[in-house]
Amino acid sequence: MTSALNPKYSFDSFVVGAANRLAVTAGRTVSENPGSAYNPLFIYSGSGLGKTHLLMAVGHAAKKVAPTLNIEYLTLDEYVEAFHAAIAAGQGDAFRRRFQNVDVLLVDDVQFLTNRKEMQSELLRLTEALQVGGHQIVLTSDRPPPEIADLDERLISRLSGGLVVDIGAPDYETRVAILRRKAEERGAKFEPGVLETVAGAESGNVRELMGALNRLVAFQAVNDRSINAETAKQLLGIGSEGADGGKAAAREGPGPGARGPGDEFGEFLADVTVTLGKAVEAWRARVGEAVLRWEGEGYRTRRLEALLERDTPAAVDQVITTFTQDVERLKELEAEVAELDPQTAGQSVFRDPERLAEAEEVAAKVRDGAAPPPGPSAAFPLAAYAVGPSNEVAVGAARAVLKQPGKKYNPLVLVGKSGLGKTHLLNAIGLELARGKRAVVACLSTQAFVDELIAAIDGDRVDWWRARYRRATALLLDDIHLIAGKERTQEELFNLFNLLQDKDRQLVFTAPAQPHTLPGLEERIASRLAGGLVAEIKEPDREVKRAVLERLLGEHDAQSDPALVDYLADRPAESVRGMVGELQRVVGAAAAQDGRLTAGLAREVLEGQTPRDSRRTGGFRTSGIVVSSLGGIKSREKMVWDWSDVADRVIEEFR
Amino acid sequence: MSLVNFTTREITCKIVYYGPGRSGKTTNLHYIYGRVPDSRRGRMVSLATQTDRTLFFDFLPIDLGQISGFQTRFQLYTVPGQVYYNATRRLVLQGADGVVFVGDSQARQLDENLESLQNLQSNLLEHGVDIRTIPLVLQYNKQDLPRELILSPADLDDALNFRGVPSFSADALHGTGVFETLKGISELVLKKLAAGTAA
Repeated sequence: MTSALNPKYSFDSFVVGAANRLAVTAGRTVSENPGSAYNPLFIYSGSGLGKTHLLMAVGHAAKKVAPTLNIEYLTLDEYVEAFHAAIAAGQGDAFRRRFQNVDVLLVDDVQFLTNRKEMQSELLRLTEALQVGGHQIVLTSDRPPPEIADLDERLISRLSGGLVVDIGAPDYETRVAILRRKAEERGAKFEPGVLETVAGAESGNVRELMGALNRLVAFQAVNDRSINAETAKQLLGIGSEGADGGKAAAREGPGPGARGPGDEFGEFLADVTVTLGKAVEAWRARVGEAVLRWEGEGYRTRRLEALLERDTPAAVDQVITTFTQDVERLKELEAEVAELDPQTAGQSVFRDPERLAEAEEVAAKVRDGAAPPPGPSAAFPLAAYAVGPSNEVAVGAARAVLKQPGKKYNPLVLVGKSGLGKTHLLNAIGLELARGKRAVVACLSTQAFVDELIAAIDGDRVDWWRARYRRATALLLDDIHLIAGKERTQEELFNLFNLLQDKDRQLVFTAPAQPHTLPGLEERIASRLAGGLVAEIKEPDREVKRAVLERLLGEHDAQSDPALVDYLADRPAESVRGMVGELQRVVGAAAAQDGRLTAGLAREVLEGQTPRDSRRTGGFRTSGIVVSSLGGIKSREKMVWDWSDVADRVIEEFR
Repeated sequence: MSLVNFTTREITCKIVYYGPGRSGKTTNLHYIYGRVPDSRRGRMVSLATQTDRTLFFDFLPIDLGQISGFQTRFQLYTVPGQVYYNATRRLVLQGADGVVFVGDSQARQLDENLESLQNLQSNLLEHGVDIRTIPLVLQYNKQDLPRELILSPADLDDALNFRGVPSFSADALHGTGVFETLKGISELVLKKLAAGTAA
């Protein structure tokens, strides 16, 4: 922002007089030893006496002494605007850091702190931070700190703690000196006594003095002749004689000898010059505004700054409009990317309209790379789920969830022993939810969830991982008890849980037992799980068993014996999976003997020989994903394929 | 015609003096012509009838020189006031950046003033210009006539200036108010320029 320093405003162009000597000396000292001399330096004066000039001069001089210094000039309003923009963009901390790293901070017009409590405390904090860091702060105001209305006591004492100096109105000599220097700068020459006449007029303000000088310059330029002190007096309405000269003459008509024929026209021309000057320069003001605005929001504004460097930019407004459009597009891209991958969204490319094309590319890449979270398995359709009295509560709850996702039972926790069909039901819910428009259903085992997080931590892309799940319109986790003892995952899940629940997005979990009885689960997670509906799936009843058996046999072999179904369904079974296992053995035996599937064969297989035990060894088991035992095992690692010999195991236990 | 040309750094303002016949439009221009230094004015073109009535139009170009880096020119036009020259009026009005309506302060001319003002509005509309958006000032001329013959500026304001634009009382023959009027319209035109530099 150093570019905001107007190069015209240096110490060299500042005319020093009695009224401002102290302020100038203090300014010079500060610029030579930033941070160590007077800190803060507070300069106050009435309007048009050179506060801004002096402030910028300090900046220039400091830059000259140490070109590497980070110097920042801004008005309080700009500061406030930048602050608000930063807060709105959620970058309050970055904003503070930015200003705390400034070596020389120049703040203009701090009198506007009145009634801005939050800015006062912000400025107080900043001043303290800068002082502690040995950085210089220079402020200007139109009145001393204690007179700024409604200013925090602490800030008053802080601002008064360095040096408070004022700039008075210039005395006659200074006024003449100022006029001479300005006239020289413009290459205008006046007859002796003209500038003295101007300086002699009561004028408490250098800016007004400049206005008077401008009129004289314009008048001389128009009439191609130099003016004398008397004409100057008339022109500027100084003294009693010629006051209101032009207008009076016009009213009286062209009285002979009263005025030269050029007078009326000259006055007209001076007027037009002023109006046109304002009009033509208006584009600069507009560009300047745009630069300030976008810079305040953290965007690069090179394109606009380039305009200011040119004398005759064409289509200024068009450039500003295109620039604004580009920035808006960047904002869109940034917002889109932020949702997918917050880390990438922080890249500087999203803050530079000149690199819009690059930003588009980055966004496209993120879009491609942002794989949705793992979805439900298509192998578990709801239609294939056998319903009976043992699981009708759970299935009823699932249907209610599908009817009003996120509204009725959120979360829904399916509880039951292993092999009762929790996973099937979970995936079935997922599949149904995924049918919705724009649905992003995350459905996976808790173990996979944990593994993904670990991989994300490892790859330093936790933000990306989070964003991925935050997009989900439903989150379904199988075997939630596996999260036990994994603190980080519990933390992440807790946050994700809250976020999704707030947005009325459906959450479904499965667990082997009531959430509160699960060991290693943080209370906050357990209570949240219990906060929705906990639906239990009991051991399969005959109805369920029959349905499952018929389906499986139907898939396998149409010629199966109806008695077989009865036989198998009547056998006691702890779980559907156990029953499926039995069927599998019968099928296997049938295949080995090349025989038909009959109740007799089943009886022989299941009762005639010692069944290969597959009893649980206690503790929790994961619900092995066994889709259809006839269709093949889906999850190899969850199945025990080779049991060691009984003899070996006995020896093992005797050791 | 574009008011500002950034490429050639030129500003050209076309200002049209409008009003009923014999209200003093040409007189305004003559007075201005007389006050502009020779080096800065072009030839005043006046097409007048034998009875000294403007037949076609008056044209006075004024060169204001370099202002803020722009070669600045004013082109002052008058229209023929007589009702039957409406085609000419419409033609002159084309591309105007500002309009000075010169009204005749004589009480008996009030209807002519109103009629001309309405004519201005409809002619502007023909060019797709809304009278409410174009820079416009009113001049109440002939205020030097005996009081009993004329209406006061306040009365004229009531009668004519229902849009509340700047108004000036004038005596164009002697120059009173002529430059005030010109300044008034210039300011409006140039301010509009500030609002739309993109043009």
